[in-house]
Amino acid sequence: MSRYSINVRALKRAPSRGRDPGVSLRVEDLNLSYTRSQSDALHDISLAIPSRQVTAFIGPSGCGKSSLLRCFNRMNELIEGCTVTGRVWLDNEDIYAPQVDVAALRRRVGMVFQNPNPFPKSVYENVAFGLRIQGQNKKRILDEEIEKALRAAALWDEVKDRMDANALTLSGGQQQRLVIARAIAVQPEVLLLDEPASALDPISTLRIEELIYELKTRYTIVIVTHNMQQAARVSDMTAFMNLGRLVEFGETDTLFTNPRESQTEDYITGRYG
Amino acid sequence: MASSRSAELKTAPLLAGARRAEPLVWASAGAVVLALLLLAAVLLLLASNSFRYFWPQPLVYLESDQLGPSGSLGIVLGRDTGRRAQNAQLLLLRGAEEFFQSPIIWLDEDRIRSRQQPKDAFAVERADRGMVFGFIEALTVIGEQRVLSNGSPSQVLNAVQNAREEVSRLSIETREASFYSIRLANGQLVDLPLADVVSVHLPNSMNRVEKLNHFAAGVWRFLSEAPRQTNVQGGVLPAIVGTVTLVLLMAIIVAPLGVLAAVYLSEYAQSGILTRLVRIAVNNLAGVPSIVYGVFGLGFFVYAVGGSIDSVFFADKLPAPTLGTPGLLWAALTMAILTLPVVIVATEEGLARVPKNLREGSLALGATRAETLWRVVLPSAAPAVLTGLILAIARATGEVAPLILVGVAKYAPGLPVSGEFPFVHFDRQFMHLGFYIYDLGFQSPQIDTVEGLVYATALLLVGIVLLLNVAAVVLRGRLREAFAGEEIFR
Repeated sequence: MSRYSINVRALKRAPSRGRDPGVSLRVEDLNLSYTRSQSDALHDISLAIPSRQVTAFIGPSGCGKSSLLRCFNRMNELIEGCTVTGRVWLDNEDIYAPQVDVAALRRRVGMVFQNPNPFPKSVYENVAFGLRIQGQNKKRILDEEIEKALRAAALWDEVKDRMDANALTLSGGQQQRLVIARAIAVQPEVLLLDEPASALDPISTLRIEELIYELKTRYTIVIVTHNMQQAARVSDMTAFMNLGRLVEFGETDTLFTNPRESQTEDYITGRYG
Repeated sequence: MASSRSAELKTAPLLAGARRAEPLVWASAGAVVLALLLLAAVLLLLASNSFRYFWPQPLVYLESDQLGPSGSLGIVLGRDTGRRAQNAQLLLLRGAEEFFQSPIIWLDEDRIRSRQQPKDAFAVERADRGMVFGFIEALTVIGEQRVLSNGSPSQVLNAVQNAREEVSRLSIETREASFYSIRLANGQLVDLPLADVVSVHLPNSMNRVEKLNHFAAGVWRFLSEAPRQTNVQGGVLPAIVGTVTLVLLMAIIVAPLGVLAAVYLSEYAQSGILTRLVRIAVNNLAGVPSIVYGVFGLGFFVYAVGGSIDSVFFADKLPAPTLGTPGLLWAALTMAILTLPVVIVATEEGLARVPKNLREGSLALGATRAETLWRVVLPSAAPAVLTGLILAIARATGEVAPLILVGVAKYAPGLPVSGEFPFVHFDRQFMHLGFYIYDLGFQSPQIDTVEGLVYATALLLVGIVLLLNVAAVVLRGRLREAFAGEEIFR
């Protein structure tokens, strides 16, 4: 199943596609608030995330970087009392437009969470999940797509002989790569990674980082990380956020070597409290 | 105060904490032991009394002033030390109820002159009118007398058993000419039909193996035969079938209903005052006395629903009711309502325990809420659902009160399941082990003679609950293996 046949269903492509070829996700004046806490979680965020590159969100805990990430596939809506204003454009389509099918959006914008969350099913069924949801049940096609996804996630060699094993028997690092394979099996355009390596050991972390580097040739990747070295290693663009505001956004090299804002400098040099 | 206490703690030796915790350990362990002891006592009581019922008891020949010149032959059912009378008394089952005023008799122990266990005393269990104890002297098969006078007791036993086999193959008319002559303890020689013999044995000259055979045969008859003589004899097969059918039917009804209700409450309902009220109401429903459900079942299901169906579909048969009368279907529905709260509560807890990140993982892959629920959440909650079903089954199997109103019968001529269409007869009344226990133990005129049967039935009921539960636990174990999120689901 090509990715277009999935996407077209609800998200009609604007005729102006390609007007802004380098940008995958564009955020305009985004505000986000939770009813439970009085203060806004995100204030007036505007940025453009380039396609087929890695964009990292860094910042202290609670700065809103995960909230921003979850705006891109509307996962915030699962939280009661969460209100979002402003616009997010995915390839020039407003993902917050009322007629948008959220499920279709999430097929185009995949997500990997902080803690590996494979389903308590077999390795095979985990990767097949997204395809089966789309009605794909032909074994031949499933086999093919699953192998492709697992190879892309650098997990194939480790699990090809235990496809029927329960996914929870894999190691943490393998589980996280399985979850990445599960996400890319449905051929998304954007991959959101929410601190994908924070629960993993250094070697597994390294493998995930190598994987990110390989995946960016095909997908737009947005990664939230606590680890500045990681951001510096894997990302092309970096956004530094603090207290719900976007402080600085630019090329990773520039941001880390020559930050414009003093706040950014304080944070990356470790002077920030 | 606070500072002095913390100072104390600082200087306390390392083991002090363990020592302080000891009383709690003892108390909790004691509670477990007490609970287990009580359970063991119940089971032991049931098991020992059931065992006595099936194991051949010695036949005792007693001579007493109370009985006149001749003695009495029978089984000692019990001993009473001064509850019914001043002196200790023996309760003797002497059987042959048509020849004595009563099949049981109380004998003052101090007036008993002699007590012996004759080797050649027979115990005959009859299909009709209970046991007969005595000495078999002659045998007539189809009008032809067979001489037994020279035979040893075991030879006589063989002859009687063979004759019984022969007679059971005969047609009903010819059976009447076959009988055995047995001398009762009062010296009377009576001829009784051979066709009526269920089993015959020599309790006082049996060895262990023979006793075990007799025991096994008795247990088998208990499990595989229908009751006789207004339930005081025979087996409980219809009650077993009725109980199991009722519980399975109830489980089939309550499982989807309870799961769907729990899904709505925990997944879809807005969390507000109304939802909380509904939840409290559901929890409280579990505490409503079961007889109330019985009354509801009778009024709503039997009369309102059943009556309406009758007036629409079976109008030609009225006033004789077809479905507007207590029966299996209404009983199963009533039990389903009774156990619904248990299933809802357990399922809701199971759903709440499914980790949030599994749902998010599914939603992030483009699954809708319904797909997430069906493919991820419900399978993960399946063990909890089964736990709820186990509790529901345990409760439903032991419940009697509502059934009295909505479908149980003292004696049902047909089983609720059969080989003929529609296989499960929803309109039929059925027998139930719990009601059987109540009826036999508390409604029967001669409790002393049926006590053993009551204990055996109770033990059987416990066994069936255990069996159903084990089946469900095994199934749950399988499911847990399939969704082996050990740290999550165990």
